[in-house]
Amino acid sequence: MTLEASPRPISQLPDERGRFGQFGGIYAPVTLLPAIEELIDAYREARQDPAFQAEFERLLRHYVGRPTPLYHAAKLSREIGGAQIYLKREDLAHTGAHKINNAIGQGLLAKRMGKPRVIAETGAGQHGVATATVCAMLGLECVVYMGELDIQRQALNVFRMKLLGAEVRPVTSGSRTLKDAMNEAIRDWVTNVRTTYYLIGSVAGMHPYPMMVRDFQSVIGHETRQQMLELCGRLPDAIVACVGGGSNAMGIFYPFLEDPEVELHGAEAAGEGIETGRHAASLTAGRVGVLHGSKSYVLQDEDGQILEAHSISAGLDYPGVGPEHSYLKEIGRATYHPVTDREALEAFQLLCRTEGIIPALEPAHAVALAVRLAAERSPGEIIVVNLSGRGDKDMHTVAQALGVSL
Amino acid sequence: MSRAVGQSRIAETFERLRSRGELGIIPYLTVGFPGRESTRQIVPALVEGGAAAIELGIPFSDPLADGATIQRSSQVALANGVTVRFCLETAAALRQLGVDVPLVFMGYFNPLLQFGLERFVSSCAEIGVDGLIVPDLPPIESDELAGLCRQYGRDLIFMVAPTSTDAHIQEVARQASGFLYCVSLTGVTGARDRLDEGVGPFLARVRRHTDLPLALGFGIARPEHVREAAALADAVVVGSALIDRIGRAMPDRQAEAARSFIEWLRSPLTSSTG
Repeated sequence: MTLEASPRPISQLPDERGRFGQFGGIYAPVTLLPAIEELIDAYREARQDPAFQAEFERLLRHYVGRPTPLYHAAKLSREIGGAQIYLKREDLAHTGAHKINNAIGQGLLAKRMGKPRVIAETGAGQHGVATATVCAMLGLECVVYMGELDIQRQALNVFRMKLLGAEVRPVTSGSRTLKDAMNEAIRDWVTNVRTTYYLIGSVAGMHPYPMMVRDFQSVIGHETRQQMLELCGRLPDAIVACVGGGSNAMGIFYPFLEDPEVELHGAEAAGEGIETGRHAASLTAGRVGVLHGSKSYVLQDEDGQILEAHSISAGLDYPGVGPEHSYLKEIGRATYHPVTDREALEAFQLLCRTEGIIPALEPAHAVALAVRLAAERSPGEIIVVNLSGRGDKDMHTVAQALGVSL
Repeated sequence: MSRAVGQSRIAETFERLRSRGELGIIPYLTVGFPGRESTRQIVPALVEGGAAAIELGIPFSDPLADGATIQRSSQVALANGVTVRFCLETAAALRQLGVDVPLVFMGYFNPLLQFGLERFVSSCAEIGVDGLIVPDLPPIESDELAGLCRQYGRDLIFMVAPTSTDAHIQEVARQASGFLYCVSLTGVTGARDRLDEGVGPFLARVRRHTDLPLALGFGIARPEHVREAAALADAVVVGSALIDRIGRAMPDRQAEAARSFIEWLRSPLTSSTG
């Protein structure tokens, strides 16, 4: 491992300019720069304010239902016959996914900054639902941008957002999916920057978002660490999480970055297979580029045009990835593996059958990778999977993939 | 080529405009829109119509500072197979056709990064493209490109916006060359009915920090805007309104539509000076 090459401990990144090594930064239109500086300052102050932290923790506990359990999937582990698999049950958080942790943190920040209007982008709709939920609870106006194609694929979440009082604006430009929703949200922010808070849902985008979203999501890793010590008296041998933009993975990885004995594994969506070109595996098959305000691995053609991503899971269907993941890959601290639609679907069914837990298709990729890793290890080893969301939203997609009509 | 490599045409163009007390019109055109070869016909017509300089847009799949019109023209251009290399070839062809006004590329950072920054800037110098605007590259990220532009004698043109703080404007004015691109409104590109009320105070604020020429862009679409801007700025950039006009014209009428649009925009200027 080449950790000594880093000028400061990896957990102390990014630097003042939002850099994780060569990755990250602030590649933003000039109109936004004052708002970005305001956000950097506001977040720094909030982070040091015990009252803000206390309110965040209060809501995580009483509204979200934290801490979420760390569950030993003993039957699944037996069936594989390898390492012991533990599941961090983010699927049991309010709204059904880890996205709510970040939405609450940033919602409180928006309120503190006096911004009455919140905008967000969403792919699968989980972040949109989390944002709409928090805005309802905090009394903020909420507009969610969502690709037209995703609106068709995720009708249930669109209805949920509307029930929660959000306006869902269809995005018809480009590939009509998450990346275009993010473009449109940035355009809205540029236009309404004085009154509007942009609540980004992943560890992507310009500084300070990758850092801020990671910090709010790191509650997952902090709890996992404590629960692991309580349950087993030691740290796990490996942690596995799915990576689209990468917020659930950063959230569980972050508190373990300085524990080199804990392996960190990310599962990227390989869609129909890396070789088909129809995938969303930016770290496996992308090149370093600039998208949505930061430098990171990006799926792009020879000429630097951004490619459409493909995955059975709308939440992983993004051609970029958070810059900190690019850095962890570059220094070898984390390893990223492609997992196909088919493997994710098999793992999805395996978890349903062995443990009575219906995961979202996103963490089904992590389960698939964990099964692969566990099979090669002894029963004395421990692998923690971040089960980042529940599968209710994916029933239509899974039924279709299995040839069942509902 | 009539000029030594390493010299930008931008400064002398603005000096000439200032000495005449004239507002420059800078049309923006996405390269390869509406047809792959259209730019070679349309640009000479724009110059004939009185354009002081030309901004050539390098299309990008995700133009997040642009409104609907330029998003669409970019998609059309990409569908026409336009690449960074093709944009450079087009600029070279325009020089060969005798277009002698300043040419400025406007393009998002990623395609330039993938092409290779030094390869791109040195090609610009060779061809005679005078300047470069990168809307998603603020000063804090632009050290490398700014260094290359200095090395090859190209102008890296920075933007300031109504939301910019005085400190930011000062910082930009210190680094900038060529002209400052002043974004007229808080928003994305696209034709508007009227100029933002804040334009006057905003340009006055920028003026306090720099003697560089000021070009006003975003939303400029009508002769009234030009008349208003003439008292405030050295030039205006006109993009979406021109692209709308060209997009509506029959293919064999596009160059003529472009020329007459620039003449129409310039009408308040020619009637007051002539």
